[in-house]
Amino acid sequence: MDKTLAHLADFHDEAPLVKGNLTFHDITEIVSSHTEKKTPLAWYGAFGLALSGLMLMIVMIAYLFWNGTGVWGLNNPVGWGFAIVNFVFWVGIGHAGTLISAILFLFRQQWRTAINRSAEAMTLFAVICALVFPGIHVGRVWAAYWMLPIPNQMGMWPQFKSPLLWDVFAVSTYFTVSAAFWYVGLVPDLATLRDRATGFRRKIFGVLAMGWTGANRHWRNYEKAYLLLAALCTPLVLSVHSVVSFDFAVSVVPGWHTTIFPPYFVAGAIFSGFAMVVTLMVVARKVYKVENIITLDHLEKMNIVILLTGSMVGFAYIIEFFIAWYSGVQYEQYAFINRMFGPYAWAYWTMMTCNLFFPQFFWFKKLRRSIPFMFTISIFVNVGMWFERFVITVISLHRDYLPSAWDYYTPTFVDVLTFVGTFGLFFTLFLLFLRFLPMVAVSEVKGVLPQADPHFYDHEGDGHGADHTLDVATSEKKTAH
Amino acid sequence: MLNQIASEVKATMGIYEAQEDAVYGVMAEFAHPGELLHAAQSVREAGYRHFDTHSPFPIHGMDKAMGLGNSIVGWITLGGGIVGLTLATWMQWWMGEVSYPINISGKPFFAIEPSIPVMFELTVLIASLATVAGMFAMNGLPRPYNPLFYSSNFLRVTDDAFFLHVAASDKQFNLETTGKLLKDLGGKNIETIRDTGEED
Repeated sequence: MDKTLAHLADFHDEAPLVKGNLTFHDITEIVSSHTEKKTPLAWYGAFGLALSGLMLMIVMIAYLFWNGTGVWGLNNPVGWGFAIVNFVFWVGIGHAGTLISAILFLFRQQWRTAINRSAEAMTLFAVICALVFPGIHVGRVWAAYWMLPIPNQMGMWPQFKSPLLWDVFAVSTYFTVSAAFWYVGLVPDLATLRDRATGFRRKIFGVLAMGWTGANRHWRNYEKAYLLLAALCTPLVLSVHSVVSFDFAVSVVPGWHTTIFPPYFVAGAIFSGFAMVVTLMVVARKVYKVENIITLDHLEKMNIVILLTGSMVGFAYIIEFFIAWYSGVQYEQYAFINRMFGPYAWAYWTMMTCNLFFPQFFWFKKLRRSIPFMFTISIFVNVGMWFERFVITVISLHRDYLPSAWDYYTPTFVDVLTFVGTFGLFFTLFLLFLRFLPMVAVSEVKGVLPQADPHFYDHEGDGHGADHTLDVATSEKKTAH
Repeated sequence: MLNQIASEVKATMGIYEAQEDAVYGVMAEFAHPGELLHAAQSVREAGYRHFDTHSPFPIHGMDKAMGLGNSIVGWITLGGGIVGLTLATWMQWWMGEVSYPINISGKPFFAIEPSIPVMFELTVLIASLATVAGMFAMNGLPRPYNPLFYSSNFLRVTDDAFFLHVAASDKQFNLETTGKLLKDLGGKNIETIRDTGEED
């Protein structure tokens, strides 16, 4: 009887979230030291590379502004090319950060504390990359402010019946709220850096930390605000990619006009975002030696999310195809036959292989716990999700109704290099973040340690599951020495 | 009267007034969250109200131990949400129907259905910003000057140390008896905090 109960207890005890039996101070040290040490040479190398990418993007945008959108590969049926593909791609990547920070918070998935800071940073930087494109693709950039409800000399207002305008509101709200959420999460950690710093650095972090003292009267309001922000971000993140999908779904183009788009876009966004988080974390945890905080278990959980959302996306691809046939509409049916066997079949099959086929390997525990393997798969998913947006945008447009209006779209070097350049922008911002801010939410990770629970110390430290975990870790450490 | 209300409101934010002899309060360090929770409860039971615990992370059950109710930030969020929703509805109606109506394929100048996405987004936007601003306001932040920062030991509060501070503005405060109470509860490094107004 006792044995069965003990067995059950073991089954319910989760593996410790933080490995290596770390103390509160160890966590502060591991995370803060990276912002305090001398800048490593490798960082300069990576930053130089990223900065050249950013310069490339700026040069390409300047070239575009000087000459107009004619330098892009757009033609008559294909009025939306790389700019829209890249916009949707980058916005989608951002979604994983909010999912981790808000939705997993509401579901009390405490493992999120190790990755939420960097995933949220990724969200912000991805949305910045996305926001570049609507601004530059309007053609007459000097009139880009027409997107906003600002009084102008014509006395006109934006057209609120247009999904494109909903998108302006959705993405800018998303960016603002994500930035606010991120900053709120950062405040206690900025205070940690402030208390460790001296001189000018101390003044900077002093201003940013706003005089945070870890007072319980403050934590009380802080935790409530954090919970409410998570609750507000959850519908927001689901709405953002839904609204992005309205840009397509509300039109009458075959291949776009479907009701499955909002959920399918959201699943795809989470799928691509998690792939990007895995790509970045696999490298960052190694370089910054935080393997005990961002453990293999964390990566495995993310791979499970990739498998789940990848299968949802794959299912949506198949349903889309079925509905096209079932609708009995000739144009709709042709749009899907054309995706599979038309001139862009290569793009379609790249998408299907990367998004539907490759993630299925994650059914195997060995594979989803293998670092090189998951890194490879995450790259495939990133590529596949870019192609998904290409398939939706370009293939649907290039052959719509009358064959006389059909054309083939080929991107120019400006299209390609602008896209390459946005990676420069993204990595420039991400490297600055890694260099100057705590990449792990220090106070949140401390909060999920077993010794953070005040009842951990009851009964002189035994008789509790949390204690048991620590004891095991301690004895392991002893044998290791 | 007004001054008293103002100082009580400030006390809920953790901002206390120093005594005439510049004494701001007494602070003690505790070994771990369990001790701190126990100490907070005892200090509360001893009748103190102007006191606070400081820790590197929120401690579960501390609000109850300190006798604090639910945070009112939620009401500020609700207010922000109502403002956002009203603003979005009014803006879309006024711009589309009143200021410059444009007939587009005979659609109504203003209708609820196409207005919902913007109504939703602005509700979330203003509610979130109100939450953040409200949280900082309730906490009396930003507060760059805090007498607690005079204690060099207090630098560890954002790392791995747990403190309890009883403010001198509390009616029961007495430098000796309060200090003794904290010591009896197991407090270490008991310090008198002085609000001297000087740079350190």
